[in-house]
This record gives sequence, C-alpha cells and structure tokens, in this order.
Amino acid sequence: MVRSAAAGIAAIATAKTKSRDKSKAGRIALPAASVLLGYYRDMLLIRRFEEKAGQMYGMGLIGGFCHLYIGQEAVVVGMQAALGAQDAVITGYRDHGHMLATGMEAPGVMAELTGRRGGYSKGKGGSMHMFSRAKNFYGGHGIVAAQVPLGTGIAFAQKYQEIAAVSVTYFGDGAANQGQVYESFNMAALWKLPVVYVIENNKYGMGTSVDRAAAGRELYRRGMAYGIPGHRVDGMDVLAVREAAGKAVEHARAGKGPVILEMETYRYRGHSMSDPAKYRSRDEVNKMRSERDPIDHLRELILGHRVASEAALKEIDRAVKEIVTEAAEFAQNSPEPDLSELYSDVLVDA
Amino acid sequence: MPIEVLMPALSPTMTEGKLARWLKREGEVVRAGDVIAEIETDKATMEVEAVDEGVMGRLLFAEGTEGIAVNTPIAVLVQNGEAIPQTARPATVAARPVPVVAAIAQPAATTQPAPPALERRPDRPPAEAAHGETATLTVREALRDAMAEEMRRDEHVFLMGEEVAEYQGAYKVSQGLLEEFGARRVIDTPITEHGFAGLGVGAAMAGLKPIVEFMTFNFAMQAMDQIINSAAKTHYMSGGQMTCPIVFRGPNGAAARVAAQHSQCYASWYAHCPGLIVIAPYSAADAKGLLKSAIRSQNPVIFLENEILYGQSFEVPTAADFTVPIGRAKLLRPGRDVTITAFSLMCRAALEAAAELATQGIEAEVIDLRTLRPLDVETIVESVKRTNRLVTVEEGWPYAGIGAEIAAQMMTHAFDYLDAPVIRVASADVPMPYAANLEKLVVPQPAYIVAAVKALLHRN
Repeated sequence: MVRSAAAGIAAIATAKTKSRDKSKAGRIALPAASVLLGYYRDMLLIRRFEEKAGQMYGMGLIGGFCHLYIGQEAVVVGMQAALGAQDAVITGYRDHGHMLATGMEAPGVMAELTGRRGGYSKGKGGSMHMFSRAKNFYGGHGIVAAQVPLGTGIAFAQKYQEIAAVSVTYFGDGAANQGQVYESFNMAALWKLPVVYVIENNKYGMGTSVDRAAAGRELYRRGMAYGIPGHRVDGMDVLAVREAAGKAVEHARAGKGPVILEMETYRYRGHSMSDPAKYRSRDEVNKMRSERDPIDHLRELILGHRVASEAALKEIDRAVKEIVTEAAEFAQNSPEPDLSELYSDVLVDA
Repeated sequence: MPIEVLMPALSPTMTEGKLARWLKREGEVVRAGDVIAEIETDKATMEVEAVDEGVMGRLLFAEGTEGIAVNTPIAVLVQNGEAIPQTARPATVAARPVPVVAAIAQPAATTQPAPPALERRPDRPPAEAAHGETATLTVREALRDAMAEEMRRDEHVFLMGEEVAEYQGAYKVSQGLLEEFGARRVIDTPITEHGFAGLGVGAAMAGLKPIVEFMTFNFAMQAMDQIINSAAKTHYMSGGQMTCPIVFRGPNGAAARVAAQHSQCYASWYAHCPGLIVIAPYSAADAKGLLKSAIRSQNPVIFLENEILYGQSFEVPTAADFTVPIGRAKLLRPGRDVTITAFSLMCRAALEAAAELATQGIEAEVIDLRTLRPLDVETIVESVKRTNRLVTVEEGWPYAGIGAEIAAQMMTHAFDYLDAPVIRVASADVPMPYAANLEKLVVPQPAYIVAAVKALLHRN
C-alpha cells in the first residue's frame, strides 16, 4: 500500500483532467508514476474484491448483510495516501474498502465475510465487524454513526498520549443526521482533538436521498457552529481526495482541532445486497458509471499522460485478479470456527 | 474458458426466484457491472449484474421461468472467439441440482453447548482476605481514594463526566482529584452522555483506561447503545483482538422523593448483557476494593453506586494493595433458617430485617452479592444447601430482575435443597411515585423482608 503523500509528489505533469474542470482540484501536480499506479492498483483491488464478494453472496457463501463499496474507492485510497502508520481509521458498516486501503489482507477480510476461522474476527464478527490492531483499523461498526464518538475517543487517546497521530472517522450522509455526531463535533472542537471527519456522501442513506433527509445540502458546513472547518471534495477523483486529505490531516496533526471533509461520491450497488434500488433510476447509475468512475478516470489519466502503458495496467489487473481469486479460495477453504469458540472472547480472562 | 452465470441469492432468505427479463441477448458484449437480467422474488425485483466480462454465449432459461433455485446456472459467458458450449437447456427447473455450498465437515449441533460449568475453581480467590489495619471512611471517600490510588498507579487511567472536575463531583465523589491530577486527567464534559460514553469507549479501545462518571445511571440510558453495542460486544465481535477496559460508574437506584425518571435500578438491565461486568457494592471497603479491581480489569465494567450510601461510614483496610475480587459474593451474617440475598443499599435493609428476625427466633443468613455479572451462584447454592430457603431482595422491578435470575439458577443448581419456593422482595412494579407515602410502598423496606421470610417459614 502506498501510504506517504509527500514521498510521491514529483510533478511530472500538471493534469487538467477531463470532465473535472469544475472541481476545485482541476489542476493538481501529478504524483510519481509508481504512486499513481499504486492508487490504481488499490482502487482496483477494492472494486474486484467487492465484485467477488457480491458474487459469493449470490452463491450463498456470504450471509446476512453485505454492503458493497463499489463506486466509492477513490475516497479511502485518497485518504489513506495522506496517512502514516500511526494514524487510526474507523468507519461504519460499508467497511471492506477501508480495510483493504489500510493494508489489511484480502484473504482475512473475505474469510470473515464467509464466517470462517481465517477471518479477521475468527468468523465471529462478519462483514460489519472487523478490526486490525496492527493496521490501526478500529472497525467496522454496525450502528449508524456509533463510530463517530468512538473515532473522537481514539483522537482523545492520541492527544492524551501525545502521539502525533490523527483519527480518520468516516461516516455517511445518512449518519450525518444522528445526534451523536454533533455531540462528537462539540467535544472534538472544544478539546481540539486530532480527528478528521470524512462524510462519504454517496447521495442515499439506504433508500432516502440526501435531499429528502437533510435540511441543508451542504454537509461539510455542519460543523460551522462549532468552528470546525469543512470542505467539499470530489470523492470520485483520488488526487482531489488526496490533496484535501493532506491538508486536513496536517491541520489535525498540528493540534488545530478537527476538520470535516464531505466527499461527493456514489455507490453503484444497492445499500446492501438485498436492496432492489428502486429509489433511483438506472440512467442515474449508468451516467455516474460512464462519466464519473474513479478507476476509469485514473486509468485515462495514466494513459493520457503516458505514465504507464496499457500493458502495464493489464499486468496490474491480472495481479489484482489473482489476489482476489486467492482470497475467495481461502475464504471458502478456511474452516468454520471451532465450536469451542462459542464461549470464548466474551470477557478478557482475568 | 466459458463462465457460468448462476442464479444469485439477493437476500439472506432467498432460495429461488423468477427470471423476469433478459437485458443481454446472446452474442452481446458484457462488461463487469452490466445488468444482464432482472429476477423477481416474493419481495422485490432485482437486477443481476455481471461480475465477469465476455460475450453472452447462451441464455439457459426463457424469460418468465419461475422457481429457479439459487445457484442454478442461468447463462454462459464466453470470451471473444471462444466456441459456445452446447450445454443443453434444462428441460425443467428441477433438472439442475443446486450445488451444495459452504459445506464444511462439522457435525450439526443437536443441542446448544452448555456455558462453562458451575464448578469450584481451585484458583478461585477467597471472598475475604485479611488486610490488617482499617480506617473509618465513608463510601464517598472510599470511592475517591480508589480512583486516586489507581490514577497514581497507572498513567492511562483518567476520569471524565459532568461536573467531576471543577465542581468536585455532583455528589462530591471526585473531591480533590482535579487538584492532584490536573485538567488533563480529570475532565469536565459537556452534558452529552451518548457522546462522552462513546468517546470513552473509543479511548479505551485505543489504549486508555477511562473512568466515565454518570451523574446518575438514569442518564446513562442516553448512552445505552455505546455501552452495549460498542463496549460490551467489541471484544467478542473482534475475535478477541480489541479490548475495552472502561469503568462506567455513578449512583443507581432510588434516592428520595425524586420520582420516576430519577429513581430506577439498572442492575438487571446491564447484568443481562454478556461482555459486561456489573458490580454493586454495599460497604465502603467493597466500594474501594471493587472499584480498584474494576479499573484494573481489561473488561467494560458497570459500577453501580448508591446515593444514600455515599455518606455511610465503614471500616476500610488501609493497606496499599487492598482490592476485592470481582465475582465473589460476601457473607454478611450467618444464619441457619433462611438465606437472604441483597446488593447495594438493600444489604442494609436485609441486615436490619435479619436483626429483627433474630429477636423472633429466626436466624437469617445474609449474602451481599457485590458482583451481579458474573454472579457468584456457587456461594448462594452453598448457603441454600444449609438453609433450604431463599429470599432475594433488590431495588429494581421484579419482572426479569436479578431475583428472577437467582430463582432460575436455584432451580438448576439447588432444586433438591429447596424446601419452599424462592421469594422475591423487589420494587413494586410501577414507575416511582413522588408522594412520600406511595414511595415507601415501592422501595423494599426491612419490614417487607421480615414479612416475606415469615411467610416462607409459615411463622406468623
């Protein structure tokens, strides 16, 4: 995983990106080839992983709820590019992309989806409840917006322990209407906690559009009363995300308190696998896919600026497919948890 | 290689569906993400998206076919230039068996495994150890000392809550802590229970050891989701990877004349939930020793105090290493005729009742439960084996309360030793009234316990 934003910036060209002229990040110095290819690979890994997860769900190998991240890949990959190993990440239930972006292994994530002992939670957590201490990934939370106070608490711990780390706390446009979000904003601003709130506005909280749920469409301004700076970001453009993330993380790390980033993004699939998605038209989805796809966009950029050849991208496609295939095989071959696991991990043994 | 497209399951319960419409025809190019078909279930019409790329080689079912089982191949994708396999179109839906998925060789359970057995653990700590010299302290002072000692011992421990710092605590439990430890570790929060409970849980997951004070546990209902869903369940949901060492403490139960919304015992609410430890001490010594153990625990602990007890004085060991083990009940008074279990303020009522009963020739044994989860069932069973009768006392409502749980435990573990049904003395099953005379009818009084014991022994 490419982690460092600073290391990669060696402007080889200035990108005036196609159909992105309206975006504030219309002119961004292109990172080094290896960095761009890293983002391409990371986004593609999430896309292919999620497609495979959807397929395995369809085969009955994955149970319960399964919320796919397809369409939103640029958000987590762009955010992660601005983070260091000491920084923490926490999110809600649409979490597979976040886990892969933090460097958690695809087989462990997929095996958790299938409820097997090789999963990150030994099969006891499932799609919405996975964690990695090693990667500072704090879950994976199934109650909408519950992760917001938790992420604020992680930032509290970082500040208390005087670690120069930030807590990136993701939530959706739906969660943005929960009261505990504003309780968190208040404390984070009051105590100048190093937290970056990332609102992934994918336009729908389950089947309810933002317009029908939020008074005031500008979610990035929801921290104004607390004096929290907020920015709207093109969440379909990994470089725009990275740019905004870099500034926000720097702000929080410097002890200046929280920042809100509203990512304008889109999920291609339903809210969960069992969502027929009748609240939006097929045309709307197709338009986003054909005109705004974050992976296609980066691919065009790479090819357009001759950062890499078609063959090099094909090689990445192939490598990603292999990882996903191996993850799927592992997730099907890993045994279910031993029955003795039923009563373990309820409490930490004294 | 040709790729079979299978009938997908689109919800956790779907087993079959109708192929309503094809959106790709044979010979058409298919890209990953393209909708290739619409299927109908009893609940909804769903779109089937292609996962793989290629050319639609063959559609195996006609539009309108009903009852296609999940995982049945419905189409074949081929790569450019590849020959279309001559898979026979199934004559009927049933012709293709559904592949068995997720078959991992493990015996199907026919019974639920029992929880870890109730056995005398050889390493079980004694309920009471000798701790040498004592000093007279109020419960309030004992709680404060416990926090101060643990904060001196461990830099990760901090206290947060409403009015805990500059105001010195709404009930003065945190008196002097701000002065000693400073504003970094003794933190006044805004009035924001859901928020600061969640913040505390996040800080605990990230390595700190928060003590979160609720001004009263009545207000903790605003934080219930964070306590149960985030604090109690995360260790299990993470397969043991994440821990949440946090103490939620504050006064619980009825005070006096504060009516329904400020007078409730939450013992059974929290004790219901696996993943939590629930403690409700009576004496100052237990308050101190158990709070120290709670702070040192790696688990989330609900520590239920009682406002009326804050000013009560008890002898408290002065030894620096004094702690009380979690999960051990304590014998407050031995007796041969009946066992009375109680916790928190109700211990006082039980002891007063036992004293009165003694004047009438009835020797009641009084057990202070101290920890409600994990409950020290063994100590209760041992007592019931001697007395053969049990009265439970609690300030909470009787329905699905701690007494109901103890009664059920006795059915399992002491059935043959009971000479009479277990009797519960609990709050009247109503919201707390304000009027003094009605209030007194709600909260268990020593006289009610005396009456219950005498009824049990057929003594009038």
